[in-house]
Amino acid sequence: MTTAHTEPNYMAVFWWLLALTVLEIAVIYMPLARMIVVILLVGLALSKAALVALYFMHLKFERVTLSLIAITPLVLCVFLIFMLSPDIHP
Amino acid sequence: MSEAAVMHASAEPAESPLTPESWGKLGMWVFLAGDAMSFGCLIVGYGILRHASANWPVPSHVLGINLTAFMTFLLICSSVTMVLSLSAIKAGDRRGFTKYLLLTILGGVVFVGLQAYEWTHLITERLPETGFSFTTHLFATTFFVLTGFHGMHVTGGFIYNTCVLIACLRGRYEAKHVEIAGLYWHFVDLVWILIFTFVYLL
Repeated sequence: MTTAHTEPNYMAVFWWLLALTVLEIAVIYMPLARMIVVILLVGLALSKAALVALYFMHLKFERVTLSLIAITPLVLCVFLIFMLSPDIHP
Repeated sequence: MSEAAVMHASAEPAESPLTPESWGKLGMWVFLAGDAMSFGCLIVGYGILRHASANWPVPSHVLGINLTAFMTFLLICSSVTMVLSLSAIKAGDRRGFTKYLLLTILGGVVFVGLQAYEWTHLITERLPETGFSFTTHLFATTFFVLTGFHGMHVTGGFIYNTCVLIACLRGRYEAKHVEIAGLYWHFVDLVWILIFTFVYLL
């Protein structure tokens, strides 16, 4: 049932997630331009989400099918943002 | 019956990278993709409304992030205990499996409890003080819809995990079922990571 991969080091992933969370909280207290804060926070959040998906959800060790399924909502959400953006400035 | 199975097996096309390894896992992933679209729509909707509103508050000033940061930490921990429980059951360590899955369930229950506490605090004190209550501002509406939808998922998650734990202890479920339940639980954690960033920090 399961692929014969060596188990990832889950504790290392945990420390990474923790470190990135602390970094995120630090970012909002830093005197940075709003644009830079937004880019940093979105980047950090997506990295954390990727860590969870790749290691905890084993996506890194799965077949392509599951990655394709997982990436679909992300693509649709980007599409959604572009479709809705004309509505932002009424 | 067995003849049909043999015929079916012989008619199976050569394995391709698209053939799933486990149909149960595939099913859970398809469900999660749909669920991700629900969350995606809510988050994008939140972003659009916020961008289009003139007087949106700074969320961290209204909501406070200390408790939520701890809740994030709690969910990450419960994700770790979930993978550890899967490792344990794969290794045949039933005691370890039970311990780690119980910790995961506990993490979920405490998370929902803290969220209930946070909501109470916000509804009765914080939001009326700052003038962003339910009835007066979209900020509160979007906040409660998003975190409430996620909180329902956590509630469903710990009920699901409890069912899996009981079924495993009775010997009806095995490692593959725990893995599928784990997928759901990690997804809930993943979504919280995004909500924490987009709704609380940004």
